[in-house]
This record gives sequence, structure tokens and C-alpha cells, in this order.
Amino acid sequence: MEIADRISFLYIFCLFAMKECCNSCYMLHMATGSSNFFLFFWFFFWKQSSPSSPEPASLPAEDLSTNSNGPKPSEIMLDGDREDLFAEATEEVSLDSPERDPILSPETTPAVTPVTPTALIAPRMESKSVTAPVIFDRSREEIEEEANGDLFDIEINVSDPEKVGDGMNAYMAYRVTTKTSLSIFHKNEFSVKRRFSDFLGLHSKLATKYMHIGYIVPPAPEKSIVGMTKVKVGKEDSSSTEFVEKRRAALERYLQRTVKHPTLLQDPDLRQFLESSELPRAVNTQALSGAGILRMVNKAADAVNKMTIKMNESDAWFEEKQQQFENLDQQLRKLHASVEALVCHRKELSANTAAFAKSAAMLGNSEDHTALSRALSQLAEVEEKIDQLHQEQAFADFYVFSELLGDYIRLIAAVKGVFDHRMKCWQKWQDAQVTLQKKREAEAKLQLANKPDKLQQAKDEIKEEIEEWETKVQQGEKDFEQISKTIRKEVGRFEKERVKDFKTVIIEYLESLVQTQQQLIKYWEAFLPEAKAIA
Amino acid sequence: MTTTLTEIKHLPTLALLVCCEYLAIFKKTVAMHEVFLCRVAAHPILRKDLNFHVFLEYNQDLSVRGKNKKEKLEDFFKNMVKSADGVIVSGVKDVDDFFEHERTFLVEYHNRVKDASAKSDKMTRSHKNVADDYNRIGSSLYALGTQDSTDICKFFLKVSELFDKTRKIEARVSADEDLKLSDLLKYYLRESQAAKDLLYRRSRSLVDYENANKALDKARAKNKDVLQAETTQQICCQKFEKISESAKQELIDFKTRRVAAFRKNLVELAELELKHAKVTDNF
Repeated sequence: MEIADRISFLYIFCLFAMKECCNSCYMLHMATGSSNFFLFFWFFFWKQSSPSSPEPASLPAEDLSTNSNGPKPSEIMLDGDREDLFAEATEEVSLDSPERDPILSPETTPAVTPVTPTALIAPRMESKSVTAPVIFDRSREEIEEEANGDLFDIEINVSDPEKVGDGMNAYMAYRVTTKTSLSIFHKNEFSVKRRFSDFLGLHSKLATKYMHIGYIVPPAPEKSIVGMTKVKVGKEDSSSTEFVEKRRAALERYLQRTVKHPTLLQDPDLRQFLESSELPRAVNTQALSGAGILRMVNKAADAVNKMTIKMNESDAWFEEKQQQFENLDQQLRKLHASVEALVCHRKELSANTAAFAKSAAMLGNSEDHTALSRALSQLAEVEEKIDQLHQEQAFADFYVFSELLGDYIRLIAAVKGVFDHRMKCWQKWQDAQVTLQKKREAEAKLQLANKPDKLQQAKDEIKEEIEEWETKVQQGEKDFEQISKTIRKEVGRFEKERVKDFKTVIIEYLESLVQTQQQLIKYWEAFLPEAKAIA
Repeated sequence: MTTTLTEIKHLPTLALLVCCEYLAIFKKTVAMHEVFLCRVAAHPILRKDLNFHVFLEYNQDLSVRGKNKKEKLEDFFKNMVKSADGVIVSGVKDVDDFFEHERTFLVEYHNRVKDASAKSDKMTRSHKNVADDYNRIGSSLYALGTQDSTDICKFFLKVSELFDKTRKIEARVSADEDLKLSDLLKYYLRESQAAKDLLYRRSRSLVDYENANKALDKARAKNKDVLQAETTQQICCQKFEKISESAKQELIDFKTRRVAAFRKNLVELAELELKHAKVTDNF
């Protein structure tokens, strides 16, 4: 049975991967526009993966209407009001935002089948969803005490993971509940169903809009093909329920962190995400989709650029901060590794204690001296209770401490990204200046040239170009100053948040440790008289 | 620069730490020696042994020669023969109910103690791992605290101190657990093995006795070497009865001792765990 399980798991995994390949091949085909090579592969993968899936069928219909030569960022038709937003927010950035691919019309949602036993998940969630609002409540109070005085009143919960659909197209849907008294929302309390790719889509939209002007956008939880495949297969063992619970908690933290940011809270995309019952499916978040590949290419290009840009840092503050973040990153990674080791060992301890408890019980059974036998079985019981304690402590270790550290490591990566954007902005400004210089030199050369008939026309042209580049230089400088200012503010906010978060979390963790110890006292105190009673 | 400073600050406590650990290990090793000597002294016959007296009284160094290779090899063969023989002998049903009962009890008990001892060892090791992790976390937090510039650094330093203390306690808990529980179980593992060996020897002598009886009958039937067979039979009979008597006494003693030892150790274990838990609670 074990082997059959593994084989079915591998099969579904392959199907899943092939589906991703299928989509990417289609995109590549459209991108190259020429060979039938990719088309053939697309067809092949499509047939292989899902004979009944509606997605590939809808892809041709949508894309043929908009592109014939591959996706060009400036030509994408978006729906409704978002077009304007994109237009004004992104006119300067033609280089680094590849994520404006066609957004598909919402597909009909497949039949909802709450197959996963929520009963299994519920007990653990009860204990954990109690703690999550607790963290949030404390920080909410503290935020209300803040000097800027904006009434920050929004509470988000992510709950009820439900398996929707079957087989390859199955996914987990989470219920996102918002309670707020802010006026930008239509109601005070509402909830919607979202899936993981929706969260990723939200993050990519926010990142496109805000990262390059200096805002630190909280990163979304990571994808995990192995975990998702387990869910798709329908394996209902403890590791897949753990995976779902981990993801649910991570999504909740992600949303809470995002709404805490005052600028991001005003964003209409975020509002739509929280409010509207139907959300267009974010296909471009798939790892091997066209957008994904473009993302990877851009990341590589960025890495090369970073090595070649030699920024003339005029502001010592930035250099200092960058160094600080580097150090912090290293330290946090080390700490995170240690805490993960602790979680692992504590789980081991719990397992070993349970084994010992059973063994002690058996020993007690075979012992023929009655009082000793009873004492031994008592010992076994104590050890079993201790084992439960250790398990709970391991949970606390993990969900409270270790996940926070992981989140912050990813956040620091986002901060570093923002610093990189600033560097790019500076680079652009410098390039504009260089070009302006060249144009001025060309003008000077023309002045000294001896061809009067062509001279006037050329001079006019050059003058126009010079004016254009002058404005560009000015714009570049303004942008650079703007981004520097924004980053300063953001970093200040980030530091404050970090201090608060860490304090709250560590205090909570220490409290859990203390509680464990108190329980231990109780158990051993109960055992002592039994041990003394052995005649 | 900062790392060397932190190392220097930790130095005196490091020496103390090593000292404490050495003492803990020493305590553990010596405890078993003490138990062994007390046991020998309490035994009515063994306590009169000359070797024992010499061991206790001789002022200067005893020169004890370890077993050389030849003797080790002999031991190995003897063990093999013994276990093979044990299988043969165990098939023989015993006349005395007491011994029969004891034998079944001992076999089962021995297996269970072996199991419990192994599991308890694993548990103690996990505990030690957890304590080590606390140590690493404490030092990471300390590094974070020294490098941080915001006001959270003091907080981090305090927490790292706390982790340090917790680690020491956890380490001590695991060491105590090891001492009281695991060692107890290990000791009884070997004791029950020794008891089994005793029973084996008795069974062996019983078999010899029965063989001698059969030989005597045969000799009487053939009317050859009757006297020799008779003497052999008498010797075997005496040996058997003597061994049965002392075995009975030994086994009863074993039970009483076992009960007392378990009691003592379990009580101490509970008290120590309580003490440590209360100390941690006081933080």
C-alpha cells in the first residue's frame, strides 16, 4: 500500500509539472511567434496532462485577440479602472515590470467539494487561531497609541481551508474575513474565498506598483510544489494537514502585515482582493508560465547589473543602513536555523518520551511486586503527559518563533530589493545626464561645422533633443530624491514594526516556556507520593 | 572585533561550565561504583571474600592486570558455549514451582528492562539535544543584541541570558534523568542477566544431577562402576541442592533490592525534576 501511495503521488507530481510546462510552452510559442515547435509541445503536454481541463482551451481565445507578436507591456488591454492606475503609476518604468500579462476572464469555479476533513484541521486551528488574533490585538492597541493618530481599525482572519475540485485541478480555498470600521470599504464585516495563487497575484500587483518608488511591500508566502501535490493527491496524513495549517497561518500574517502599511491599505487592488467575491485568476504567478520565465530572466539581468553599477553614494545613511541590514540578515538566518533545529529535536524528544512511556508501562505490567508495578505504571502515565506537553511546546516553538524569523528574513530581502531599485533609479539619472552631455557635445560640433544648408535643421533637431534630455535629467533627479525620501520613511517604519513584532513574539514564546514548566511541576508533584509509597 | 570581545567576556563562565560538566560526568560514573561496592558488602558470603578486603583496605595502588587477548578470546568462546547450552537446558522443566515461576518472570522482565533502558537512553539524548539548541539560540540572540542599534538590543541581551540559564537547567535535567532512570534501568538489565545466569547454572546442575541419576541406574543395571556412579550422583545431588538453596535466597534478595532501588531512584528523580522545574519557573 505504501508503494502504491508513492507511485500515485509521483504520477500526480509529474502531471502537475507537465501542466506548468504546457502553459509555458504555449507562452513561448506566442512569444517567438514563429515555429510550430512549441505549439507541438504545447499540444503534447496538454493531451498528457488533463483531458478535461478548461484552461488551455481558454488561453488561445484570449491571447489571439491581443497579441500577434508576443506581449508588449505598453499594449496590454486591462479592464476598467485599473488601466488608468497602471498608466500613471508606471509611465517611467519601461524596463523592469514584466508582469502585465493578459488577465484572463474569471473562469467558472468548479464544484466546491469540502472533501478535506475540517475536523482534523479544526482542533489544531482552534489552538492556533486563538493566538493569532492575540498577537494582532496587542499590536493593534499599540498602533492606536501612535502619534500619527490615524485610526487603524482593521482585523483580518484567514480560516477554513477547504479542498475545492478534484485531482489535478484541486486547490485549497481559504476564507478571508475582514472586520473594519474604515470608510474606504463598503461594509464593516465581510468575507471572501481566495486561493493561494490569488495571494501571489495580489503581491505581484502591489510589488509592481510600489517597489520601484521605494515602498517596502511585504513578501507573500512561498510556493511549494511538493506540498501542493500532496494536497492534490488527497493524502490526508498529518504532514499534509500540517502543511495546510502552516500555509494558512503564513497567509494570515502576510495579509495582516500588508494592511498595516498605510499606503498599501489605500490601494484599490488590495480592496478588491478583500472585498469582491469573484477575482480574476492570476495565471501569471505559475512558476513556469511566461511571466515566470520573464521574471527569472529579469532577475538574472538585475544580478549582473548590480555587479556593474558602481554607485557614488552621497548619503552615508544609506550605506550604513545597507550594512546593518546585511548583518541583521545573517544573524537572523543563524537564529532561524537554530530554532528550526530546536523544533526538530523537541519533536524527537516527544516521540522518544512516548516510546519510553509505553515501555515503562510494559515493565510495570511484568513486575510482580504490586506497589512497584503501580508506581511504574504511574511513571508511564506521567511520561505520556510530558510527551504531550513537549509536542505542544514544539508547536509553539514553530508557529510563534520560527515562522516569525522566516518572515523577517524574507522581509529583509524585500528591503534589499527596494535599495536596489534606488540604485537603478540613480543609474537612470546618470545615464540621462551622460546622454545630455553627448547631445550638447554634438550641438557644439555642429556649431563649428561648415555646412550651412543642413545646419539649421540639424541645429533645431539637436536643440529639441537637448531640451528633451534636460527634462529627463530633471525628472531623474526628482525621482531619485523622491525614492530616497520614501525609503528613509519606510525604513524607519520597518524598524519600529520590527522591534514591536520581535518583542511581542518573544514574550509570548517565553510565556509558553514558563507554562510548560509549571505543568511539569504539577505532573511530578502528583507522581512523587506514588513513588514514595513503594513499600 | 566585537566577536573577540564577546568571547573574552564569556571566558570565566566557560571554565565554570566545563567544570560543572566534568563534575556531572564524574558523579554519574562513580554512582554505579558505589552501588556495586555496597552490594558486595551487603552480601553475607561475598563480603568475606579476601579480594574484597584487599580492595577496600590496601593503601597503595592495586596492580590489576586487564585481560589480554588470549583471555578475551577464551571469554568469547565460553559465552558462546554457554548460550548454546542455555538453550538446551532451558527445555528442561523444573520440579520446583518457585524456580519455574522465577525463570519465566526473569526472562520476560529482562526483555522489558532492555527495551525500557534503550528508550530511556534515547529520551535522555533528545533532552540533551534540546539543551544544546538552547545554547546556540542563546548565543545567536546575544550576537543579535550586541549588533543591533535600536532599543531592542537590551531586550535581546536579556533574553539570551535567560536562554543560557534555561539551557543549564535543561542540561542538568537530562543529566539527572540519565543518572536516575537510565542508569537504574541499565543496572537492572545487567542484574537480571546475572540472575538469569544463576538460574542457568542451577538448571545446568539439575541436568547434571539427572544425568548422574540415569548413569547410576544404568550402572546399577549393568552392575559396573556402581560406586563411581553413586559418588558422582551424590556430588551432583549435593551441588544441586546447595545451588538451589542459595539461588532461592539470591532471587528473593534480588527482588527486595530491586524494589528498594527503584523506589529510591524514582523518588529522587521526581524530586530533582520538581526542583529544576521550580527553579526555571522562578525566572
